[in-house]
Amino acid sequence: MLEAQDLTARRGAATLFTRVAFRVDAGRALLVTGANGTGKTTLLRILAGLTMPDAGTVRWRGEPIAPFASSLREDVVFIGHAPALKDELTAEENLRALIELTATHPTDAEVSAALTSVALDAQRKLPARVLSQGQRRRIGLARLRLSRRPLWLLDEPATALDAAGLDSLTQMIAQQLAIGGTVIAATHQAFDLPTERTATLALS
Amino acid sequence: MTNTLALSASEAPSGVGAAVRWAVVRDLRLALRSRAELGVQLLFYVIVVSLFPLASSPERTLLATMGPGVIWVAALLASLLSLPRLFASDFADGTLEQIALSPFPLPALVSGKILAHWLTTGLPIVVLAPLLGLQYGLEPPMLGIVTLALLVGTPILSLLGAIGAALTLGVRGGGSLLALLVLPLYVPVLIFGAGAADAMRAGLPTSPHFSLLVAGLLIALVGAPLATAAAVRIALD
Amino acid sequence: MNFYQFSSPASFYPFAGRLAPWFAGAAAVLAIVGLWIGFGVAPTDFQQGEAYRIIFIHVPAAWMSMFIYLVMAFWGMLALSFNTRLSAMMAQALAPTGALMTFIALWTGALWGRPTWGTYWAWDARMTSELILLFLYFGIMALRSAIDDPRRADRACAVLTIVGAVNIPIIYFSVQWWNTLHQGASVSLSAAPKMASIMLLGMLVMTFAAWFYTIAVALWRARAIILERERGAGWMSALREITA
Repeated sequence: MLEAQDLTARRGAATLFTRVAFRVDAGRALLVTGANGTGKTTLLRILAGLTMPDAGTVRWRGEPIAPFASSLREDVVFIGHAPALKDELTAEENLRALIELTATHPTDAEVSAALTSVALDAQRKLPARVLSQGQRRRIGLARLRLSRRPLWLLDEPATALDAAGLDSLTQMIAQQLAIGGTVIAATHQAFDLPTERTATLALS
Repeated sequence: MTNTLALSASEAPSGVGAAVRWAVVRDLRLALRSRAELGVQLLFYVIVVSLFPLASSPERTLLATMGPGVIWVAALLASLLSLPRLFASDFADGTLEQIALSPFPLPALVSGKILAHWLTTGLPIVVLAPLLGLQYGLEPPMLGIVTLALLVGTPILSLLGAIGAALTLGVRGGGSLLALLVLPLYVPVLIFGAGAADAMRAGLPTSPHFSLLVAGLLIALVGAPLATAAAVRIALD
Repeated sequence: MNFYQFSSPASFYPFAGRLAPWFAGAAAVLAIVGLWIGFGVAPTDFQQGEAYRIIFIHVPAAWMSMFIYLVMAFWGMLALSFNTRLSAMMAQALAPTGALMTFIALWTGALWGRPTWGTYWAWDARMTSELILLFLYFGIMALRSAIDDPRRADRACAVLTIVGAVNIPIIYFSVQWWNTLHQGASVSLSAAPKMASIMLLGMLVMTFAAWFYTIAVALWRARAIILERERGAGWMSALREITA
C-alpha cells in the first residue's frame, strides 16, 4: 500500500506540483496523466526514492520512506525513460544483468521464456545496439515478467510499443493487480484495465 | 489468465560478495567488448612516458633519475583519462538508476565497478611499468620498487578517482573539473609512490613510503566506496 | 538562547546582519593591536633578524586556512545529515575566505623563506600539503559553480569537503612526521612555547583578528547567498534591500 501526502516538488524556481495526495492499495493501479513538463517523471522518481520531495511524505506499507530506503529497494521495480540497456551486451545478457541486480537468479529457461513471450526470441543473441526502440522497450516488459516485486513504478511504459506490445503490457499489469501487486504508471496512453481497480491522477 | 511463468529460481542472498561479483563481471564483460577504448588509454600512457626522453637530453643518469617520476605522472594522467568511463555510460543509459535502486548495498556495487576499473586500467599500467622503465635505463631493483609502488598506488588512484567521477556526473566542464578535484587527492600518492624510488636511489629505506601507501590504500578501500555511493545518489537526485 | 530559531534563512538573515559589524569592528581593533605588537613592540629575533616578523601574518593565516576547512567540513556533515539549507550556505560562505587565508599563508611563507632559507619555495611536506589545500578550496568552489541545482551543489560540495579533510591532519602533523625544512611546531597545547611570550601574544592577537574577520565576512557573504538563493520566498519581499 503506497500513500502520498502533501507532496510538493519544485524544479529551480518553477513549482511542478503542490500538495499531491493519494493512496494506492494492493491490487490497484494509479495512472498519472498530464502534459509534458507537469512533473510526472519527478513524481515517480520521488515514489521510487530517487529524489526527495520539497515537502510532503511518502509511505510504503505504513512506513515513511527516506531516499534510497532499503525497504523500497527490495520491493520496487522502477522502469524510467531510459531502458537501462548496455549497447555492447546482448538482449539476453542485458535482461539477465538487470534481473540479477535485484538479487534474483533466474534460470536460462526462464530468461528464454521471458524473451519469447515478448517476441524477442530471434533477437536473444543480438547486441542491444542493433535493436529498435520498440524491441528495447520490450526487454523492459520481459523484465517485468521476471520480477516478483509488489510495486511497479513505470514511466511512460507504452512508449514505442506497437499494438501487440501494448496488449502484452496491459495483460502484465492486469496480472500484477490480480496477484495483489501495485502499479503506478505515468502515461499518455489509456489502458484497458478493470476500472474498479484503476484510479487516475491528473497533474497540471 | 494466470501467470504461467512462476519463477523456480530461489532468491539469491543480498550480500556484499554478490554485489561485487555482479558489478565486476558485468563491467569486465563491457570493457572486453570495447577493447579499442582500453587500448587507446594504454597507448596514451606509453606515449607520454616515451615523450620525456625526447624533450630533454637522453643522458643516462638524468634519465634514470627522471624515470620513476615520469612513469608515475603518466600513470596518474592515464588514470584521470579513464575515470569518466566509470560511471558516464551507466548514467546516460539509465543503468546507474537501476544500480542505485538495487537491494544490494550501493557501496558494494560501486566497489565492484572500481575493481573492474582497476583491472582494466591500473593493472595494465603496473604490468607495463617494468618495460617502460627499461627505456630509462632503470636497474632491476629499481624497476621492482617502481612496479611494486604502482601495484599499491594504482588501486588508490582508482578509488579516489571514483569519488571525483561520481561527483562530476553530468556536470559542465566534466574532464577538467574532474582533474581539478581529483589531482589534489592524488598528490600524496604520487609523493610517496615516486618517493620510494627516490629513497632507493639515495640508499634510504623504502619501507616508510610503502607503509604510508598501504595505509592510504586501506583508508581508501573503506572510505572511497562510501563517499562514491553518496556522490552517486547525489548525482541521481 | 535557542539556536534552532536561527536555523532557517529567514531568521538567520537579520541575526547575521546585526552580528557581523561587531565581529568586523573587533577584528579591526585586534588587527591594529596585533600588528603594533608584531612590527613595533616585539624584539628583533636573534637568528632571523627583522624578516621573522612576517610570522605575525603567516602563522595566523595558516592556522585559519586549516581551521576554516574543518569548519566547512563540519557544516557539510550537518548539511548531509539533516538536509538543512543554511548549513550548506555557511560552508559556501566560508570557502572563499579559506582559500584567501591559504593563499596568504603560502605567499607570506614564500616571502619569509627567501631571506631565511635562501629559497622562495621548497617541496617539503608542510608547504606541499598547504598547496594541496589551496587546490582543494579551488576544487570545492569550482564544483559549486559547475552544478546548477543548488541542492545538488550543496551536497556534492559537502562530500568533497569531507573527503578532502583527510589533508588537514597531514598538514598539521607533517612537521612532526618528516624531518623537513619547515621548523617544528613552536606552539603546542601541551608543552611550554619555545618563543618569547611577547611574540606569542602578538601571534595570538593576530589569530583572533583573523578569526573575527572570517566570521564577519562569512556572515555577510551568507546574507548575500541567502538573498540569491531564497529569491521568491515570502519573507524576502518585506526586506528593505528588495523593496528599496
